[in-house]
Order: sequence, then C-alpha cells, then structure tokens
Amino acid sequence: MFTDTMRGRIEGAQLPDGTKLPSLTKQQLLKALGDKDVSDAQFEQIMTGVLAEFKATRIQPLEAVGVIAAQSIGEPGTQMTMRTFHYAGVAEINVTLGLPRLIEIMDARKEPSTPTMTIHLSPEFSNDRDKARMVSWQIEAAPLHEFGDITTDMENMQVIVAVNEAVLTKRKISMDMIAETAQKKIRERRHYRDFEAEVDGKAHVITFVPKDQQKYQNLFQLAEHVRNVIVQGIDDIERVVVRKEGGEYILYTEGSNLKDVFEVAGVDTTRTRTNNISEIAQVLGIEAARNAIMAEALSTLGEQGIKVDVRHIMLVADMMCMDGEVKQIGRHGIAGEKESVLSRAAFEVTVNHLLDAAVANEVDELNGVTENVIVGQPIQLGTGDVKLIAKPRT
Amino acid sequence: MVPDHQVMSEDEVKTLLARYSITFEQLPKIYHDDAAVKQINGKVGDVIQIVRQSQTAGIAEAYRLVIRRPKK
Repeated sequence: MFTDTMRGRIEGAQLPDGTKLPSLTKQQLLKALGDKDVSDAQFEQIMTGVLAEFKATRIQPLEAVGVIAAQSIGEPGTQMTMRTFHYAGVAEINVTLGLPRLIEIMDARKEPSTPTMTIHLSPEFSNDRDKARMVSWQIEAAPLHEFGDITTDMENMQVIVAVNEAVLTKRKISMDMIAETAQKKIRERRHYRDFEAEVDGKAHVITFVPKDQQKYQNLFQLAEHVRNVIVQGIDDIERVVVRKEGGEYILYTEGSNLKDVFEVAGVDTTRTRTNNISEIAQVLGIEAARNAIMAEALSTLGEQGIKVDVRHIMLVADMMCMDGEVKQIGRHGIAGEKESVLSRAAFEVTVNHLLDAAVANEVDELNGVTENVIVGQPIQLGTGDVKLIAKPRT
Repeated sequence: MVPDHQVMSEDEVKTLLARYSITFEQLPKIYHDDAAVKQINGKVGDVIQIVRQSQTAGIAEAYRLVIRRPKK
C-alpha cells in the first residue's frame, strides 16, 4: 500500500546537507508510486536509491561548469557549420537558422536579421479563418496604394487617391480613418509636412496638394509618400501569414513589434512570441528574455538534430542576463567586463587592453583561472583550490 | 513567458543571504524599470523572488536585487 506517510516522506526528502529534492523528481516519484503496491522495505530502498542518484547528479564544488558548457555548445556548433549557412522556410516566411542564428543569439543583437513573430489568437478568434484574417489585417502593414488607385495630376499639381470601396468593406476600415491616419503618418512618421489634404467622403477621394506649387519635385515627393504611407496595421510588420496548426489558426509574421501586437484585440498575449530577444527584454522584462534565450537556442540547436543539455544553455542564459540587461558573450559583454586585465587581454584585442590597463594603473589580483594559467600558478579549480588550514587547538 | 515575481520581506532576505553566505551585491540584478518589477511595484534595493518553471527541477527559485538602470 502506498500510504500517506510515504507521501510525506517524499515531500520532505532531503540530503544530509539540507538540500530538498527538486519538485519535478517529487512529482515523478508520486506519479510512479501513487497507484502501486509498495512495501515499506521496497519504499526505503527506492528512497535511498533516489537520494543517492540525486546526490550524484549535483555538480561538485569548484567544477569548471563554464568550460564544460562552452565545449558542449561549441562542439555541436562545428557540426552545424557544415550543414547550414542558409535559410529555411516556416509557413512561406524565411527565418535565419543554424549557426548564423546561434551567433545572433549569443551576440545579443539588437535586431535579428529576420525578425519574426508567432501570434496565437484568443479562443473566439482562433477557430474561424475569417476572424483570424480580420486580426491579421489589424497587424499587417498596409500602404495606401493597396486601398485604391493613386494618380499624379501634373496639370493641377495634386495627387489623387481614389479609394476602392470594396477594399474598405473587406478590411473593415472607414474612409475617415484612412484619410486621417494617412495625413498623420506622412507628417509624423515620414517627416513631410508641406502639403494639404482634402477628403471627399462621398466620392471616396482624397486629394493631396503640395504647399509649394512651383516645383514638380515636390509633387513627386508627395506622391511617393502618399503611395507608401501605412494606413492600417503595424508599421514594422511587413507580412502576415495565417496558418492552421493543431486545430487553431496561428499568424506568422515577417517583422516584429511585440508591444503594438499586444494591443491588438484578439491576440493571446500569453502565448504570442517573437524571435527578437532585446524586444522581449524591453516589453516583458529580463526574466522573460532569459526564457527566450533558452527557448531560441534550444530550438535552433534542436532543429538541426543536435541535442545539448538544457543546463549548459541555462548557464549561458543566466550569465547573459545577470546584470539586469541582456549582455552578449563576447568582448563587449561578459568577456569584456571581467575584473582581470590579463584575462581580458587573453581573449581579444590584447594590446588595447594592456595599454589601457597600463594607463589606468590597474592591478591584477590573480584571482581567476586565465590569469593564473598565464603566470604559471596553480589554478583555483577542482583540487587546485584546496588549501591547508591549521585550526589552532583551543 | 514571464515567471512569477514577488518582492521579498526583509526577514526573508536575511535568511536568504545567510543560507548562501553571500552579501547583497552578489545577487543577480534587475533594473528598476524592468516591466516585471514595475508590475509588482518593486523599489531600488528590494530583492525580488522569481519562481521559474525549470525543465530540470520543475520549479526553481531565483533572486534578483533591484538596481537603478545605469545611464548610458
């Protein structure tokens, strides 16, 4: 019989040093034993075994976890180079994969080379293709020329937009809205102010007139702005693809803007993701960015059929997010902010670091590993850190 | 994607620092204008407890000290 005492024993199980069993292990134990007939002796044996195994899994003090993580990610990385240096399509949208993507993640680039979002919809929108399309129109950037014909009238110095009513009804947007956003966006987003506009709501015509009537150049400039001004959707999102996956409609985008997408009605904010990590750090905070780094790195490696233990990636993500913002691994981030001069000089741009250190009169305390290797001392790792301490008899 | 953030009480912080025998400054940091900190009204100097969903441990606790974002 599986008794409540046993349940209690599992819940309270701990190592001699007071470390409790991880909750995942507890759950697995309860699940495995919950409906089984176990005798007390058997239970004892299981618990001893589990605790011994848990103890063996824990990392030893002074183990060089960073080096192991670096090698565990680095070695599969060499396998990747040979197989990919190109793109693969997900839902007709190109996404950088393989080594270039991995480098992008580790370098903490402000913007990935192919920003993309996976937008999940709330239940009332996700089951219906038309409703999903409606949300996608709120997101996909639509320039004014998609709404009708634009003609440049050189004789009267004006740009005429004949808006197509059918497109308006299809995209569920009013004439006034278009006219208003078009003028606002040309002024604020495109920084072109020398024009006036007149809206004829009945005939569905917007007329743009440049202020300076003397030069044709102004007219053509204005025409260009009118043609390309985004009147519906989010500016950064160039394309949206609606796809059915696992019984619900999901939007894939080219371009990313997490903040604005979150404000669109019908978007499930808890499941929507972007591959732009710095954007996640800005909108959702550093902890979400840490999760994103892990998820992105794992999926990039996993997609190539490479299995790297999460713990290595967790360590890298933790290091990158230690100081409250996402830092890159290289010389402008983690490696470049090390305390020791010699350690920094050993990594990249040696002469600059040594010169700067000399000018600033820096002192190297020789606390780290690299410095001690350079000067030829035992390093403080593993048994190298064990020192003899005499305890005075009292 | 955002794990649970919680401001810790002074006593909790004391036991935490004692448990790992570390000082305040040795904790990982989080900026005062971080979205998750603003949500729970964390102030500079607070310690935030974060309960992460971990793939290895199931549930894992992490701690961060709130600091001011340095000016560029």
